[in-house]
Formats: sequence, structure tokens, C-alpha cells
Amino acid sequence: MSILKQLEEESIYIIREVAGQFDNPCLLFSGGKDSITLLHLARKAFAPASIPFPLVHIDTGHNFPETIELRDKLVAEHGLRLIVGSVQEDIDAGNVLEEKGRHASRNSLQTTTLLNTIEQHKFDACMGGARRDEEKARAKERVFSVRDDFGQWNEKLQRPELFDMLNGMIHNGENVRVFPISNWTELDVWHYIRQEKLEIPSIYYAHEREVFLRDNQWMPVSDYVQVTDQDERRVASVRFRTVGDMSCTAAVLSKATLLDNIIEEIGGSDFSERGSRMDDKRSEAAMEERKKVGYF
Amino acid sequence: MELIKIATAGSVDDGKSTLIGRLLYETGALKTDQIQHIEEKSTARGFGYLDLSLATDGLLTEREQGITIDVSHIFFSTPKRRFIIADSPGHVEYTRNMVTGSSTAKASIILLDARKGVIEQTKRHFFITQLLNIKHIIFAINKMDLVDYSEAIFDEIKATLNDLVSKHGAEGVTYYFNPVSALLNENIVSKSEKLDWFQGEPLLQLIESIPIQNNKIKDAAFQVQYVIRPKREDLHDYRGFAGNVRSGRFSIGDAISIHPSGRRSHIKRIEKYGEHVNVLESGENGTLLLADEVDASRGDSILREDAEMEQGKSINATFCWMQDNPMSVGDKYWLQQGVQRSLVKVKNIDAKMDLEALEDKPTDTLNLNDIGKAGLALAQSIVSKPYVKNPALGTFIMIDPNTYNTAGVGFIESL
Repeated sequence: MSILKQLEEESIYIIREVAGQFDNPCLLFSGGKDSITLLHLARKAFAPASIPFPLVHIDTGHNFPETIELRDKLVAEHGLRLIVGSVQEDIDAGNVLEEKGRHASRNSLQTTTLLNTIEQHKFDACMGGARRDEEKARAKERVFSVRDDFGQWNEKLQRPELFDMLNGMIHNGENVRVFPISNWTELDVWHYIRQEKLEIPSIYYAHEREVFLRDNQWMPVSDYVQVTDQDERRVASVRFRTVGDMSCTAAVLSKATLLDNIIEEIGGSDFSERGSRMDDKRSEAAMEERKKVGYF
Repeated sequence: MELIKIATAGSVDDGKSTLIGRLLYETGALKTDQIQHIEEKSTARGFGYLDLSLATDGLLTEREQGITIDVSHIFFSTPKRRFIIADSPGHVEYTRNMVTGSSTAKASIILLDARKGVIEQTKRHFFITQLLNIKHIIFAINKMDLVDYSEAIFDEIKATLNDLVSKHGAEGVTYYFNPVSALLNENIVSKSEKLDWFQGEPLLQLIESIPIQNNKIKDAAFQVQYVIRPKREDLHDYRGFAGNVRSGRFSIGDAISIHPSGRRSHIKRIEKYGEHVNVLESGENGTLLLADEVDASRGDSILREDAEMEQGKSINATFCWMQDNPMSVGDKYWLQQGVQRSLVKVKNIDAKMDLEALEDKPTDTLNLNDIGKAGLALAQSIVSKPYVKNPALGTFIMIDPNTYNTAGVGFIESL
């Protein structure tokens, strides 16, 4: 069995366990390549029936429009149920406070909206496209990661996971975050996208865009970030390696307009995938701290 | 390319994180920004070298204390193979993590500090690899730089390990002994001049060449995970049993029986993600459609008629206990074997392993990190085989009915 086949088998087994063990699961869908891969795996897992759970998108309001377009297209094409949790609504309702200053991002505000959405819809399991190779706190994640009533991750109280047996038994109010593509690498996801001919948002491919240089990263110019006179602005051929929201995702200079070029480029890249995520750069343990308060 | 999962174990300060950091660094898995980060941190701490352990210790508390607490999954690859390292911490109190990390590994690297030689932790790690029936065990004797790359010291440690192996080693296991210095990159990726007396392969070449054996178990058993019933006019009568082949293989036309109902039928069609296939191999997912309208639900087993399985409502097993609340006679738990669950009651606890002396001692409870033998009575009968004959069916987890935590793992000895 090829590695890609092996990974696909493992992920689909996990997704079916979610449907089998939980009453009210959902799939967290950001519109990025990982959640598109996850959605495709879920469609395969239940074919010829449709997916027995909804997609949940936590909308920061600062999305790349290309991501939202594709999200809506996929939902319509496959007759999926989509639930949107809006960070803007939480800001308007005073549940969270918008960050200020030139480094402001809505990334950490997502957590509150995510937890509210989980509570409102009484989800007992939320699948996400996080991978262990992305970040070292994620390397410690279980496939079934139990969160308490407050959505918190307690790394010292993780359930041991033995062989392929997944324990999703929980108390009322608790929920489980599930990571079916834990063992995939960034390149596996790209190879799979090529193999399965999956459509991904156009911003993953090289395109001309106005960007500015900040902390050695090319940030996209948008209404959601403050660009000052000191920032060097220019139009360049760029693509995005990960897709978060526009305020925290940096672009990489690239001419890769085809999947083959992207795969070649990532294979030879000297920088890690999340190296372009400003949300991870805030502190040494930025990811771990966010996970502890309920980030996925 | 092949994928191999390798477990690593060692005591505190044996340099395991450094070894893994070294493998990552030398195989190019660490990217420029990550190396820069490690350089900055190393300098900030006043080290005159790259503290490669910073590459793997993922949690704040780990970096604060300079130790590894939880199982970490680390990826790297060479042109020959792709590796997943399940890095388990070495503390006594974290034995459960080692069992967890090793449970899907094809090989295990046990690290020793050349200055300390074989300690209790080494025996514990060794015993766990035996319990899990891991076929390739590499003893990496690290920190050789601190004993002047002494062949005599290496030989002495090797002799002690060989003694351990001859007394307690399982059959069919291959053992390897490698002197290394992870910190100084000696005998990791290439032959070391300082260890010129060592004849074997450097560590990386060794793990690239270890043969990966797949089990060739004939008994065909399938567990139902989910019943697919599309709510569509054209597929009104569709009832697909989606699940996983635990062992053996299934073909169209096979005569099968369903456990526990005992109902019989034939496989009419096999689908894989909506497409027709003729055969499903061991470990594969698939959807079985049966010739008759027989009922099966999640957790039920579909067995090929010729499968030689054992079934029953009582089992004897070796346990590794993983939670603070001990296991005592009369306690009830959920048992989960694959995807099937049954309530169970502890009938008897016979012994626990004294990991210092490596011998059984009588006991009436199993505490956190204990490894011992006990008997269970089951509410529903299960289909199984002893772990050594069928690893996919011969193991189960115990779930605490109050906390729902995974309380322990069992390896079936007899039904």
C-alpha cells in the first residue's frame, strides 16, 4: 500500500469512528487545503450516502474572498449543511474585544466564537484538519482530543491512544476535537490534492498581489491590516502556503501556477509551513497557549 | 516509499530528544527558520552547541524542565523511507505513554546512557517491547563521548543486555546494539572514526534497512463501524456495512457469519468509497453488502466461515494499567476491542510484574503503570484470538465507567 493510500485508510477509519461514536458531530471547515482534504475524505467515507454531519465555518470576517467562494460552491455542489459562527457577531455583541494596533488579528478571537458555536449546537465532536507536522504542540495531540466544559486542552490529562482504538466516551458538556489527518504531512496533502484532483482556493497558486514587507514576511495589503508609511509596498507574484485570515497569513514569493510547481517548491523549501503564520510567532508557545483555551 | 513507525524510549537525560533532534537535523527535516530558532534559544541559554532537543520538546513545561512529558509524533524521511517516531518519555510515572507510543510501532529504539548502563527503566522499556511483541529492538548506547568512546564499556553494557534478552526475550525478535553520541553526531548518519572498533551500521542506515513484516493471518474478520443507508429513492434498499478488515481477506461470494447473532449470509458486493472492488485485504476499509437481509450493527463482527476464531464471555489477559484509580477484583469497566464495546467485571487478579527483578509477584490490585495478569467476565461475548496470534483482535482497552478515561490496555492470553 502506498503511503498516501495508507494515510487515506487511516483517516477514513477515524472519520467513520466519529460518525459511529458521537450523536452530534461536525466538521470544522476553514476553506483551506487541509479542510478541503478532510471534506473529501468524509465524502468518501460515507459514499454513496451523503455526509451525516454539517460543516462549521468560524468566520473571522477577514477571510480571503476566494476561500468563501469555494466554500459556498462546495456546499451547493454536494448538498452539504453549513453552519457559520461569526466572529463579527461576537464582537458586535461585546463577547470579545477587537485587538488594536498594527499587529491586530482576529485569530485568537475565533476561539470564543468556536466555543459558542459548539455550545449553541451541542456538538459533541468537532473534526479539524490539523496535522502533527505543523507545529510542535500539535505533535502532542491525540487523534481524539477530549476538551472539558470550557473547551480546554489539558496536555497532561490526555487519554492514551492504543493501536487504532479510539475512546470517544465523554460526559455531557464535554466535547472531543478529532484530527483525522494527524499523520499527514504538508506534502502528503498536496500529493493527495493532485491525485484526487481537488479544487482549492486560487490564492494557493501564484498570482499578482499587492503586498508589504513586515518582520521579513510578505503580508497581503487588505482593509484588515494597518499598513504604515514605513512598510515597503509592492506588487509581486505570490502565493499562500497556508490560509488563515488576511490579517495573519503571509504570502511567499512564488511563480508556481500549477500543482506540480507547488509540490516541487514545497519539497525544496527551506522554510517551515507555519513560518508564514504570524499567529504562531507571537510567542514561543503561541499554539499551545491557544489550544489550552479552546483553539483547535 | 515505505512508511515505518518507530518508538523511542529512554530515561530522563539519556539524550533522547537530542537524538531525535539530531535525526531531524541530519535528514533535513528541520527548516531554516526552525534551526535559527534553536540557535537563538541555545545561545540565550549559554550553550556552546545547538541544543537539538529544543526541536522536539513541544510543551512549555517540557522546555522549562528540559524533559519530555508526553508522546510526540515526529516525522522525517530519507530517500529510502519515511519515518514516524513516537517519542515516549522515560519517567517511571509515564510508562503508560511508552505503551501508547509503542503500540503501533514496528521497531523500538531503547536509549541508554553509556555512563549508567542498564538501569531499571531500561528493563521496563525492554519488557514493554516484549509485551507488545515488537520484532526489532535497537539498544542505542548514547553519550559515548562521555566515556571516551570506550569499547570495553560498550561491551559490558551489551553483555548485560544480552543476559536480559536470553532470560526474558520473546521468540522471533531481532536485537541490535549501537554505540552513539547524539550530541556530537557520532555513528548516527555515518560511521564514526572515534568508534572505529564498531562493525555495525550507523543508526540511520540501520533504521532504513530494518525489514517491515506484515502479518499473514488467514482468519478473515471484519468489524462494522457504521451502517450506510442512503436516504435516496434509487438506493432505497441499500444497506452497506462500512468497517475495517481486522485480519485476513474478503472476496465477493464469501460465506460469512455475523457475530454475535450467528446469522449467515454471502457477500454480494464489496464497495470501497462508493466504487466496486473484488477483494478487501487485511487493514483495509470497505463496505460489505450481503446477499440476505440480515441485521448487523456497529461493533458486530462479520467473519468468513472458515475463520478459526475463538469466542467467549471470559478472558485472561496481561494488562498495563494507565490511570490513578487501581483495578481491583469486582470492578466494572467498559472493554473496547477494536470498535466493539462490552461491560466487563474483574474476576481475578493473579500477579503483577516486578520490573526490577522481572518476575511475577502476587497482588490483588493493579496500580498506575503496573503490568499484571487478570481475568475478566464479559457481558457480551467477543470474537478473538490471543494477542500473539492475532494482534488486531487480541488487544483491547479498558474504559473507566465513571470518568470515561482510558484506564488500561489488555493483551489477550486466552479466551
